[in-house]
Amino acid sequence: MTHYPYYPGCGLSPEGFGRAFDWSIKGVNKVLGLDFKEIPDWNCCGTVPYDTLHEEASFAICARNLALAEKMGGDLVAPCSSCYVFLSRTNQYLAQYSKVKKSVDEALAAGGLEYHGKVKVRKVLDVYVHDVGFDAIASKVKKNLAGLKVACYYGCQEVRPIFGRDHPENPKYMDKLVKALGADAVNFPFKSACCGGSLIISEEDASLELIKKLLDSAVSNGAEVMVTGCPLCQLNVDAYQSMVNRKYKTDYHLPVLFFTQLMGVAFGLDEKELGLKTSIVPAKKALAKFI
Amino acid sequence: MPEAKTTTFIDEICAIPGGEDIRVCIQCGTCTASCPNADRMEHTPSHLIAMARAGMRDEVLSSNGMWLCLSCYLCVVRCPRDIKITRLMHVLESLSARAGLNSRRTTTPIMYKGFNKYITNTGRISELWMMVGYYFRTGLLKAIGMLPVALSLFTHRRVSLKIDKMKPEGIKQLQAIIEKAESSGGAR
Repeated sequence: MTHYPYYPGCGLSPEGFGRAFDWSIKGVNKVLGLDFKEIPDWNCCGTVPYDTLHEEASFAICARNLALAEKMGGDLVAPCSSCYVFLSRTNQYLAQYSKVKKSVDEALAAGGLEYHGKVKVRKVLDVYVHDVGFDAIASKVKKNLAGLKVACYYGCQEVRPIFGRDHPENPKYMDKLVKALGADAVNFPFKSACCGGSLIISEEDASLELIKKLLDSAVSNGAEVMVTGCPLCQLNVDAYQSMVNRKYKTDYHLPVLFFTQLMGVAFGLDEKELGLKTSIVPAKKALAKFI
Repeated sequence: MPEAKTTTFIDEICAIPGGEDIRVCIQCGTCTASCPNADRMEHTPSHLIAMARAGMRDEVLSSNGMWLCLSCYLCVVRCPRDIKITRLMHVLESLSARAGLNSRRTTTPIMYKGFNKYITNTGRISELWMMVGYYFRTGLLKAIGMLPVALSLFTHRRVSLKIDKMKPEGIKQLQAIIEKAESSGGAR
């Protein structure tokens, strides 16, 4: 069994809006034989608000998590796209700027910690695709999802700005994963477009327009369900879908699931274990044949 | 912190890691053409860069432009000069807040402030309480429109009244780290 330090982040914490992502990851891991071990007493990555308003400390608070993970050994898995970007970025800046390194080292020392830059930060999808592989995943499928039309929504930060795993604008590895489950990945030109992120709160009109474009693109291409690997993307397209319908006089009912929930369905896991009922747009009808 | 009188605006920007990229922009406009929010900005990303290099400090720092950055990084992966434009926008936000010039035409800074209060106090974010605080500060009328969404989040067990906190010793350690980083001025 391979061990990975696991950084759930606020969204996947027991009180977080993406808790079903955490549940379904754990369910799928049991089937795949992976062990994600939670980093003890991790702290929020700070994401954009800390980077903008507490820029002096933004690298240091990320580095605390990296230092704790380094003690555990292995690659850190951060399911949330924003956590992933900010933790990875801290590694990059520590390597690139000696003044960032000096400031972070001093700050960590004030907390009795040190970090040597050895932790690689990864996403769940990356681990499943590259460490487990499509064939091994396909071999665990108990209920082939044949006929299910899925829009794979990567969102921005699954593939940007960190290079190397897939194309930054036209990624394909979630599509391939979905196909390994037996489902069809529909053409979805907006697969890596933005959902508005946290600006759904402060710039609601702008974000609703972006969410509408995603729904237009996915549904017009025949999607019955959308899957994503980002808790904020899931929240925005799922919870704000009714607001989009009200504002634009549309009638969308597209279920938005975490890709791990869809994997769990194909692996024959219990729907409770996968948290399918935490989706605001119900997925029951689209998945009726499989659950 | 650079002394405002002896340093130029560009120096201020370049003092923050990632800010120095501003010097290599060729004004091709790819960032602006790629930005999903450019049409809502008073000054687009490439305009902000041009204005900053022309020394228009107050105009840049009081613009709503950078506060509308969604951190989608589309500009970053397309920039032919490899400028980390998202980081540059965050640098402008940081300087804007520091100078007390943040735009009143966006409530993003208010949201960010509320968010950060949680990180510093409990080490983690409570989405629910952060949003409640935000609507209290920006107008309860807007909150009424949000009630159906809030209610659906509740009934689907997506938000909790409970706040997920770190352990007291963890918070103490985190706060010591933050305090040290801030008192030494970070990486400037």
